[in-house]
Amino acid sequence: MLSCKDVTHKLSESQDRELSLSERLQIEMHLAMCHGCRNFRKQMNFLRMACRRYMTGRLSSDDDS
Amino acid sequence: MSDPQQAWMNDAAIEEIRREMLKFAQLQLRDATMAEDVVQEALAAALVNARDFAGRSALKTWVFAILRNKIVDHIRQQSRTTNVSALAPEEESLDQSFETLFKGNDHWRPENRPSNWGDPEESLRQQRFWDVFDACLNHLPENTARVFMMREFLEFETAEVCRELRITVSNCNVILHRARNGLRRCLEKSWFAPGEQPC
Repeated sequence: MLSCKDVTHKLSESQDRELSLSERLQIEMHLAMCHGCRNFRKQMNFLRMACRRYMTGRLSSDDDS
Repeated sequence: MSDPQQAWMNDAAIEEIRREMLKFAQLQLRDATMAEDVVQEALAAALVNARDFAGRSALKTWVFAILRNKIVDHIRQQSRTTNVSALAPEEESLDQSFETLFKGNDHWRPENRPSNWGDPEESLRQQRFWDVFDACLNHLPENTARVFMMREFLEFETAEVCRELRITVSNCNVILHRARNGLRRCLEKSWFAPGEQPC
């Protein structure tokens, strides 16, 4: 059984590599029961989105007039 | 610059692009002089070809692409003399404070459980959010921030980051995890804390 701490590591790694099927299953089982880790996953996704936006916003915030 | 099509490219416009580049380079390099240098080089290279650009955002895209390469060159050079995986006191204290979020069985302490951040789009639309985001990035320890920004802003694959900085994959994972947690906790505290959000 994965602990919450383990799950934070796996969720971070999931942004950098494809997790194995068994890793994904273990995570899903944990998330089904753990509200905190579900929020953690959403927060990780938010960070990725914010970083992407940080760069694109920089490039397209002002269009040519 | 009498060509009307180039009217957008006045000193003020260039200066604004330069300021944004500088901010970005400083965030990446954490060294004001070095940031000035790369921005100067990138701008000079870009302006040589400025007449070919259809407009301001095309110039910006081009200039940031050059800037990215210049920053990468600098990081490469630096990585020969710095040990990215060495733990500075700031990194150690970030790790320690991460450990305090958990009980003995490695599950969240109730008071430290990650909270629901609601609709993220809402935050991304607000300028104040980006100020907080910048401050949180600047707050990360230097080496931690460098690895994170290479991955997320310069969009290196993790394997490339490891190779460029000469660190192992597992080391890279630890550093990225540290960075994401640091950033997450900073945003949670400084932006998403209940009751402190602007309406």
